[in-house]
Amino acid sequence: MPKHRAWVRTGSENHEPNLTMRISQTKNREGTIPELLQRNAARIPDKPANREKEFGIWQSWTWSEVADETHELALGFLELGLSPGDHVAVIGRNRPRLYWSMVAVQMAGAVPVPVYQDAVAEEMAYVLEHSEARFAVAGDQEQVDKVIEIQDRLQRLERIVYLDPRGLRKYDHTRLNSFAELQEMGGSAGENTRKELERRSADIAGDTTCVMLYTSGTTGNPKGVVLSHSNIVSASRASSEFDGLRAEDSALAYLPMAWVGDFIFSIGQSYWTGFCVNCPESADTLLADLREIGPTYYFAPPRVFESMLTQIMIRMEDASWLKRKMFNHFMAHARRVGPTLMSGGGVRPLDRMIYLLGDLLIYGPLRNALGFSRIRIGYTAGEAIGPEIFDFFRSLGINLKQLYGQTEASVFITQQPDGEVRADTVGVPSPGVEVRVDDEGEVHYRSPGTFVEYYKNPDSTASTKDAEGWVATGDAGYFESDTGHLRIVDRAKDVGRMSNGSLFAPKYVENKLKFHSNILEAVVFGDGRDSCVAFINIDLAAVGNWAERNGIPYSSYQELAANPKVCEMIAEHVRETNESLATDEKLSGCQISRFVILHKELDADDGELTRTRKVRRRIIEEKFDDLVNALHDGEEEIRTETEVTYEDGRKGSIAATLKICDIAVNAPVARMAAQ
Amino acid sequence: MTEEAMDKPSDGVGCGAAVLMDIRNVSLRFGGVKALRDVSFDIREGEIRAIIGPNGAGKSSMLNVINGFYHPQEGEIWFRGKRRPPMKPHTIARHGIARTFQNIALFRGMSTLDNIMTGRITRMGLGLLSHAIWWGWAEREEVQHRERVERIIDFLEIQPIRKTPVGRLPYGLQKRVELGRALAAEPTLLLLDEPMAGMNVEEKEDLSRFILDVNDEFGTTIALIEHDMGVVMDLSDRVVVMDYGRKIADGSPQEVRNNQDVIDAYLGVPH
Repeated sequence: MPKHRAWVRTGSENHEPNLTMRISQTKNREGTIPELLQRNAARIPDKPANREKEFGIWQSWTWSEVADETHELALGFLELGLSPGDHVAVIGRNRPRLYWSMVAVQMAGAVPVPVYQDAVAEEMAYVLEHSEARFAVAGDQEQVDKVIEIQDRLQRLERIVYLDPRGLRKYDHTRLNSFAELQEMGGSAGENTRKELERRSADIAGDTTCVMLYTSGTTGNPKGVVLSHSNIVSASRASSEFDGLRAEDSALAYLPMAWVGDFIFSIGQSYWTGFCVNCPESADTLLADLREIGPTYYFAPPRVFESMLTQIMIRMEDASWLKRKMFNHFMAHARRVGPTLMSGGGVRPLDRMIYLLGDLLIYGPLRNALGFSRIRIGYTAGEAIGPEIFDFFRSLGINLKQLYGQTEASVFITQQPDGEVRADTVGVPSPGVEVRVDDEGEVHYRSPGTFVEYYKNPDSTASTKDAEGWVATGDAGYFESDTGHLRIVDRAKDVGRMSNGSLFAPKYVENKLKFHSNILEAVVFGDGRDSCVAFINIDLAAVGNWAERNGIPYSSYQELAANPKVCEMIAEHVRETNESLATDEKLSGCQISRFVILHKELDADDGELTRTRKVRRRIIEEKFDDLVNALHDGEEEIRTETEVTYEDGRKGSIAATLKICDIAVNAPVARMAAQ
Repeated sequence: MTEEAMDKPSDGVGCGAAVLMDIRNVSLRFGGVKALRDVSFDIREGEIRAIIGPNGAGKSSMLNVINGFYHPQEGEIWFRGKRRPPMKPHTIARHGIARTFQNIALFRGMSTLDNIMTGRITRMGLGLLSHAIWWGWAEREEVQHRERVERIIDFLEIQPIRKTPVGRLPYGLQKRVELGRALAAEPTLLLLDEPMAGMNVEEKEDLSRFILDVNDEFGTTIALIEHDMGVVMDLSDRVVVMDYGRKIADGSPQEVRNNQDVIDAYLGVPH
């Protein structure tokens, strides 16, 4: 692969040549989110825009109702004293009223800043302080408590509006307002306020800030990514057209509201195409709600698909003999012909018939049980997905695809068109996006969705986005010369060399490890060293089930992780990974020679993972430096003590003696010989 | 006695509030066993009142007297300013007193939803015939009651187990369902018999939060028996301490904690 050549690909070459032009023509007419809301309320007033399960039934709101509610909220915000350009933090789980408040804030000329609801108070303080939010909209008592805890540090914060009044009755209300009060204030707003709102709404243009999203960032403090209305709308428009989304589609909003993907799917694309966004009753009822709604458009990070597959496998183990036999038989068949059928390829008529029978007996009921009966388009992104997991869902007849994106790009950089779906690439450039790989192998892009700037951080803006609008992704990758698909190898800064000069790409190896369902998380170290070593987190659900089946008692993660039999099992997985790595011409040096099963699960509360659950390599390396050294020094076991943070912010510590396992490293196998 | 109790300083919300229930000189005997001896105390509107004491002190008997399951041989019970004549427990339930039990008493084969619906039974006005015909009145009534029940399910955050048979639920959740059923009766006075027994710390914290929220949101007066002193001291506004069927102390958690009789009763005294 000629990695040291600049490759430029543009989505518009393949898909829609005039798209960029068309967007700029329509910018003034349909270019902002509040305008799209007006358009939907006029064109499809009676179609459902939002649903939420509450009190055991699905409550729904049509586009015209959403437009009215949002308008009232916007008036309420004006009555509270919201000024143009202010920031309003929105904290809570996915609920229609929180989505409406974000749009209402936009209508009032201000900027919504959604915040991760599971962030501890300390993390939240940074975002609220940095964004200088004057108001916060909080979902419930838990979020209000967090904001109150840090309010001494927030000079600019004036009021908190809360949605769920439970437990808040006795709070000091001098700086608190209930959501109902806000709506009431809006409803009884006078003529002047209404005129003012009209004036402010008229002032909103394509280049007005639509939303500010904090990237969880694998290093350093989060950065506030400023996205304009034209960023969001053009990205939503292009991607909706790419997949032919329509008003009849429906989606489930369950991913964090602070994540750019949720903003694009639940607001951007929904407002553009008019499809209905459904909010689950609570995080615990998610799977049941998913099944009741049966979305046609679905998005999940690989982790969700992994845990679904693990669940299916665990439950099939417990199923009756006949069911298990049928499942195994038809799944083997699906694995063989399913992906080809899904991509529209030809298979023998007999195979097609067996597949149809399997669809009737196994695949259909399974899709139904998962809530995937009506899925037209499913996306996974954020991390690499295991080929087995990917093929499993595709072979069931679920059109699962991959995309590659960033907050800074309003999500879309590349995505897979129907019929060109593979587990190991991330697809071709999205419509309107230009992608280029520079001499170092780093991927760059330029698109209408490219962010305006990092808030109050011109240095970072300048180092990320150049004068011509090209943005460095920080990811190393290359275009396949025959298909034009982009392949991502690793974070550019993580790619290194081992002391013998061979290439070191930790993420690539970690993903290979994680494809085993017993391994939840892996972190590989080896840059500048002579061998590769790994930290392993076992998957408590999968390994726990295995332990139960084999009569191995355990009471906690720590105890199970320390079991020698578990160690043997993981060693087998590492061995398999090494074998597969040995056949890779570039990365055969990255075989793992030693590993340790960690005594605690890596956790975002401890800063070891980002809120989107990506590994923070540097922090882990620093925190567990005793373990890394022991692995490289050849010690057989190590005593260690680690600080942990509980969900309520209290700290404790775990001590353990960990056993280190050695694994044989294979000699590199030439690709030819392997084939 | 009542006058004395009113005079005592207290830091609770009930301070100064009207007396909801007044128990005057109640004695209860089972044959020769004296379960309660001349016990008097009051419960004020909107407060959380704890009854504590060592095993066999007469706490559960006291609760059973309050909800009319036992009829004391001596003494009077005044409820909402009126002397209460001896009544059957279901009549008393209709008057706004609901309870949960020390050992869970749910319908194990029924779902969470149905169990909580049974709590509405005292509030249902229609007879067997209308319910058999169902359409019209009965349907409308059911919808109203279902809405109340759904609010309780939402309040107690038990949506995921709405349709699960309660027999399949872990202990802590069953306790919560039982609380839900008691709440469904929209009680003025809620009696909780050892709500935290057998729970782990996390379950206790959860349930404490719910008890406070019930008190807060619905303004329900709560009388609870509890063994976990930490819970009692954190939750309650005023505490009655019993030992051998007698009341030995009454006051704010702080006062009770420092009372020598209470310390003796709990730790034992050298004889």
